[in-house]
Amino acid sequence: MDFLQDPLKIAADWLLGIFTGWGMPEIAAQVLIGFLGVLILLSALMVLDIFLVWVERKVVSRFQDRIGPNRVGPFGLIQPLADIIKLLIKEDTTPEGADRVVYNIAPLLSMMSVLILWAIVPLAPTMLGVDLNVGALYLIAAGAIGTLSIIMAGWASNNKYALIGAFRQVAVMVSFEIPMLTVLLIPTIFAGSMGMSAITQNQDIWYVWITPLGALIFLIAAIAELGRAPFDMGEAESELVSGYNIEYSGMKFGMFYAGELLHAFTFGGFWAILFFGGYRFFGLEQVSAFLAVAVVVFKAMIGYWIIMWIKYTLLRIRIDHMLAFNWKFLTPLAFVLLMVTALLNALLADAASWFYISIMFLSNVLLGWISLEVARVYSRRQREKVEGPKVVEVAHH
Amino acid sequence: MTAEQIIFLLVAFFTLGSGFMVVTTRNLIHAALWLIATLFGVAVIFALLDAGFLAVVQVVVYIGAIAILFIFAVMLTRKDMRDQGPQMNRNWWFGALISVLTFGGLYFLLQGWNGLSKTAADIPSGFDAVGELGNALVSPNAYVLPFEVASVLLVAALVGAVYVAFNWK
Repeated sequence: MDFLQDPLKIAADWLLGIFTGWGMPEIAAQVLIGFLGVLILLSALMVLDIFLVWVERKVVSRFQDRIGPNRVGPFGLIQPLADIIKLLIKEDTTPEGADRVVYNIAPLLSMMSVLILWAIVPLAPTMLGVDLNVGALYLIAAGAIGTLSIIMAGWASNNKYALIGAFRQVAVMVSFEIPMLTVLLIPTIFAGSMGMSAITQNQDIWYVWITPLGALIFLIAAIAELGRAPFDMGEAESELVSGYNIEYSGMKFGMFYAGELLHAFTFGGFWAILFFGGYRFFGLEQVSAFLAVAVVVFKAMIGYWIIMWIKYTLLRIRIDHMLAFNWKFLTPLAFVLLMVTALLNALLADAASWFYISIMFLSNVLLGWISLEVARVYSRRQREKVEGPKVVEVAHH
Repeated sequence: MTAEQIIFLLVAFFTLGSGFMVVTTRNLIHAALWLIATLFGVAVIFALLDAGFLAVVQVVVYIGAIAILFIFAVMLTRKDMRDQGPQMNRNWWFGALISVLTFGGLYFLLQGWNGLSKTAADIPSGFDAVGELGNALVSPNAYVLPFEVASVLLVAALVGAVYVAFNWK
């Protein structure tokens, strides 16, 4: 076995040899190696998370025509480390009347709900935590724990703004879970499996070409799940000061903040895995597992960049508009798209692949166009009901 | 005792302990959170039984939807989260009697069952449990009727909820 192809297995076998050489029973050695693997993955993620703070701040400053952190270290690269030291030595405050245990568990759960997602991320053909056959559902289940952490934080803080923020955020998360789950079933139909590994390996053609609308709906629902602008109901700073995390200080706030950044990066990664071929890139993943990891991280970074681009470009949507958009537009659209995709997939099972791909692509475009047209006609009728029919003004000479 | 048995015992004690806390704690939000811990313990037991699909669905449906709904309902309807009144009512002896009888009946039934000492057969590698479950749900020989009845019931509940909440102008 080549080290470049399957480095994890070779490292594990080598460690197993060492541990059993010390007289450790094999089963205990395997459990220990499993723990070490998790520890390495999580540490790598947390280190990456530190630099995501820098990436985020640099990118937002470019969007806002600024330079961003540039004082500590080259290009301000040491800035996030300085920030972490600042967070660690800050006073750890607990508000009066807070529900102490729940208050302290909430940031942990928030971070955990993001980290457990990486258990199913296929980093390379040979590198993945578990090849769970219900991966798509696992994604939603981890999101449920994130929802729970927000409501716990909002309630335990004993603060009106925190509670309102948590209520609004949870309402958004619970509603956008539905189009997300529906759209997750579309790659499942194509791949014939809910496992992330099977979905990646089946993408001889990126699924974004056969379901562009599905990819778009997933992105919108993912941004809503993240609670980022334009869906940042939980911490709308101009309305709620800071929302559900207002009472948290020091590293506890840092957990929410870092969790949010890593969550955005993770959803960029899942977007890449589900619709952009994951680690696959013109056979590069066959050369070396390390190249495959580089490909998936690169794609995840592009997804993260798009999420940031949307966040720093669009304005916050009012909550009733946002929920109406979800329940009256996105959810029905996702359901219809799922039905159309399943039907066409069954009808075209024996068709040539170019025909299959073009029909799928065209059906998505057509469906998107029809739904926008329906929304346009409906909203014009609503406007006319409120404002009366539009009068065309004749220019005076 | 195998490692799996130890894990099962730990999870079972955790689940039962959380379940006990649900009914004894005086703070309603804490009760809801303990309920989530209980449901999570049940999900772990599903996972120990190699029923990964059920474990994940347990988390998605019960923790992600129902428990969140509980918390919302408690927060929106109660002004004071602490329960002041007595925790038992006059029928406590009747409830205790029923639970003792149920436990005794189950114990009696399981005495004559020889499945307790058996070990479960290994699932053959490559066995597609989710696929089998999906086929069983739509197969006329298996569960298509209960599945469809449940679907109709849910649609009826959905229509009813929309009817109740609809703003008749």
